[in-house]
Amino acid sequence: MGNPGSFYKQLSESYHSEYIRSGLLKKIIIQVGSATCEKAAGSDLVWQEFNKLIRASGRDDIVIKQTGCTGRCAREPIVGVFSPNQIPIKYEKITVPKVQTIFQDHIIGGQTVPELVLDKKTQKRYDWVITTCSSRRCHFDKETDLKILLQDHLEKNDLDPDTVRVFHGGCMGLCGREKVGKQHIMMIFPEKIIYRFETESQLDEIIQSHFKSKTIAQKYQTKTDFITEQFFSLYGDVAFFNKQTRLTLRNCGLIDPESLGDYIRNKGYEALSRILEQNNPEKVIEQVMASGLRGRGGGGYPTGQKWKNAVTYTQDPQKYIVCNADEGDPGAFMDRSALEGDPFIIIEGMTIGAYAIGASQGYIYVRAEYPLAIQRLENAIEKARKNNLLGKNIMNSGFNFDVEIRLGAGAFVCGEETALMYSIEGKRGQPRIRPPYPTQSGLWGHPTVINNVETLANIPTILLYGADWFSQIGTPKSKGTKVFALAGNVKNTGLVEVPMGTTLREIIFDIGGGLLEGRRLKAVQTGGPSGGCIPESQIDTTVDYESLAQIGSIMGSGGMIILDDRDCIVATAKYFLEFTQNESCGKCVPCREGTLRMLEILERISEGNGVPEDLDKLERLGNLIKKTSLCGLGQTAPNPVLSALKNFRDEFLLHIDEKTCPAKKCSKLIKYQIIPDKCTGCTLCARRCPVSCITGKSRQVHIIQQEKCIKCGECYNVCKFDAVSII
Amino acid sequence: MKQSIELDSKISNFIESCLQKPNHKSYLIAVLHKIQQHYGYLSLEHMNMVAHRLQVPTSMVSGVATFYHYFRLKPRGKYAISICLGTACFVKGADKVLEAFETELGIKMGETTPDGLFSLENSRCLGVCALAPVITINERIFSKVTAQNVPGLINKVKMEIPMTE
Ligand SMILES: Cc1cc2nc3c(=O)[nH]c(=O)nc-3n(C[C@H](O)[C@H](O)[C@H](O)COP(=O)(O)O)c2cc1C
Ligand code: FES
Repeated sequence: MGNPGSFYKQLSESYHSEYIRSGLLKKIIIQVGSATCEKAAGSDLVWQEFNKLIRASGRDDIVIKQTGCTGRCAREPIVGVFSPNQIPIKYEKITVPKVQTIFQDHIIGGQTVPELVLDKKTQKRYDWVITTCSSRRCHFDKETDLKILLQDHLEKNDLDPDTVRVFHGGCMGLCGREKVGKQHIMMIFPEKIIYRFETESQLDEIIQSHFKSKTIAQKYQTKTDFITEQFFSLYGDVAFFNKQTRLTLRNCGLIDPESLGDYIRNKGYEALSRILEQNNPEKVIEQVMASGLRGRGGGGYPTGQKWKNAVTYTQDPQKYIVCNADEGDPGAFMDRSALEGDPFIIIEGMTIGAYAIGASQGYIYVRAEYPLAIQRLENAIEKARKNNLLGKNIMNSGFNFDVEIRLGAGAFVCGEETALMYSIEGKRGQPRIRPPYPTQSGLWGHPTVINNVETLANIPTILLYGADWFSQIGTPKSKGTKVFALAGNVKNTGLVEVPMGTTLREIIFDIGGGLLEGRRLKAVQTGGPSGGCIPESQIDTTVDYESLAQIGSIMGSGGMIILDDRDCIVATAKYFLEFTQNESCGKCVPCREGTLRMLEILERISEGNGVPEDLDKLERLGNLIKKTSLCGLGQTAPNPVLSALKNFRDEFLLHIDEKTCPAKKCSKLIKYQIIPDKCTGCTLCARRCPVSCITGKSRQVHIIQQEKCIKCGECYNVCKFDAVSII
Repeated sequence: MKQSIELDSKISNFIESCLQKPNHKSYLIAVLHKIQQHYGYLSLEHMNMVAHRLQVPTSMVSGVATFYHYFRLKPRGKYAISICLGTACFVKGADKVLEAFETELGIKMGETTPDGLFSLENSRCLGVCALAPVITINERIFSKVTAQNVPGLINKVKMEIPMTE
């Protein structure tokens, strides 16, 4: 048996020297996002245009690289320009004409284009940007606001406030090694120097030395290679990112997801080499147990315990490990981004898991709807195999393990673990009763560990930085971070990774930037079709498994949809129930028939035919389905309706008693009318009405014939004079 | 046993390689994916052929093909318009976009226009929720679509017909 440690050393050195030889450090790097969302926003054209311009310029010190999605979806396509020794600049919403501007002014001319900069608050060019760690654990004095403190001291030291910009950042992951609660951490761009200090006079010293004498205050410089350093050094000056703690997504938007070298240069495969070197699978399981990591697929089962179960209760030598990348929640895209942005980390996590439980074969079950993620995984598996990181005798350790991709085919229930296994076996994905649990009897009857993408993405990090360090992040019962896919009527839609224990308010307002058009928040939907609607009054709840369950929702896999006052709760509840009804596999009666009956009642209510008794009926039926269904799908399907009933009963009653929909969403309960004072008689609505129910001559007030109207809303949408009202 | 149609050689080879592997029946879904990708849908002939080649009962093939939403048993139009009806798209008004397509094309969800040009499908979340509402036309993703865009989009697609043929 060889030596995995020296194998790794050689591998990583060869990639490092390749990097040095490539001279990239001295070049201008243009980084273009390449993920499903980026492509949808037009990043392919941007990529082509830059390539064209680079070729035309004839310069060989400009290179273009692709990267995964950072999660700042609303501002895509995003382009980063990294010039040696300068603050990295990120541009947003880039189009072909903007590419030309950036290329001329910035790449060739050396001048940032301020109006295109991501999160445009920087109209000015700052000389320095400071990002502070404002996490609760890092404060020597909980009362002071570090940002204000810094600004005060900068002023005191006669620094022009226009030259330095100060940001509140999230936890940089340094805390495990610091004296908790005694120090402050800050990072200064463009030098990317991290300082830590304990007193205000030390702060003055740093300011004097760094900004005035332009020398690094080495006494206070921290050189620990901390985990999110790379991410912070590129994105730490952007408000949307620096309040997040990027552990699992730390490479997304940073590395080329198709390059094993990029991954390895960012500590990729170091964790695997270490555990193979130590040659003690039980210890790996112990460490994962000690970290307190719980499943991110929704259930929250302790990952270490699951691994242990697969080892302790069975003598079967054939075991499997499965990565659940089915991401069924309609409205969630965390796993897609992770797979597209950093596929190697998931494969490394799986390999470590396989080693710990003694599996020789793994499967990644991916939805067919994610073609790019599949392509990136295939590439990653192939490269890992070529470099002896998968296959026989991995890193010369004697350990054999390989991975195969299996495609889903559009069935939500296949995210459920027993159904998923049937689907991998090539069968209809209908769940079965547990126990036996997959860890006892899984794929083809052998013990099988099934873990979610994000769960596995945490594994290398835990083994690299230690269970102690990991378990300091989060709350007593929920450790680490969680990624949420923020969507709906919020300003900054995208991916957000925050420590467990962050409040919903912080996510929606501090990171998400609040609601669109300054609307009022009505509810937050978490957990998708298995979760619930959390009303505005409860948004100071923290996100962790227990707190969310307590208020009738669930953590789920991370979908988070923001609803405002124009969203109807009845319609939303109906939407989710329609979804689960449609996805019910039909095996058990409560789920198949029960959800259908519930849906009928909801339809009745949204059409104005509901009766007050319906609400009690919905509750009784919902609770019955929860108790008697076979699998998790049915057991949670009534949640969106039950939580809506609990928190928004009045709105249901308005639909029933008054036959009105306050959000004006339920088409049977609204009427379109033309406001005579505003109508100019332009005839547009009459021409566009699909059922020709609008009458009126040119330049005369038009009228909608209510009995013929199908309430499609076309007239409302096309009117240029706001002359159509909904009542 | 009659085999009136041939299978594409790539698919045929794939089935051959599956037969060599352990648990070869587990590749049924993968084979069906390949057939749909190549032929656009799963015809009865193809399903029977798969059953025969992969040595699984026909009932299992049709059982699987009908269980999973992703598989189509009918040919689709030249341009398949697929509207995402995921949560984020729903909240952003995907239902209105769907209605607009239905009125504009004169067909319902799941149908194909008589000239065989357009078919209308729905898809589950494409993972592009941040840019909702989202539709795809033959795998190409269009984001932030509104009901007003619909006639223009259809025209744009139609205009491209001579170019692509
Ligand atoms: C209806 C249903 C759908 C599910 N969908 C998913 C999914 O899309 N992704 C996922 O990781 N887990 C999903 N789960 C949870 C899995 O059954 C399983 O608990 C999980 O994959 C275990 O991994 P973890 O321990 O790492 O969370 C679903 C469960 C149910 C009942
Ligand atoms: S809900 Fe439409 S892309 Fe996610």
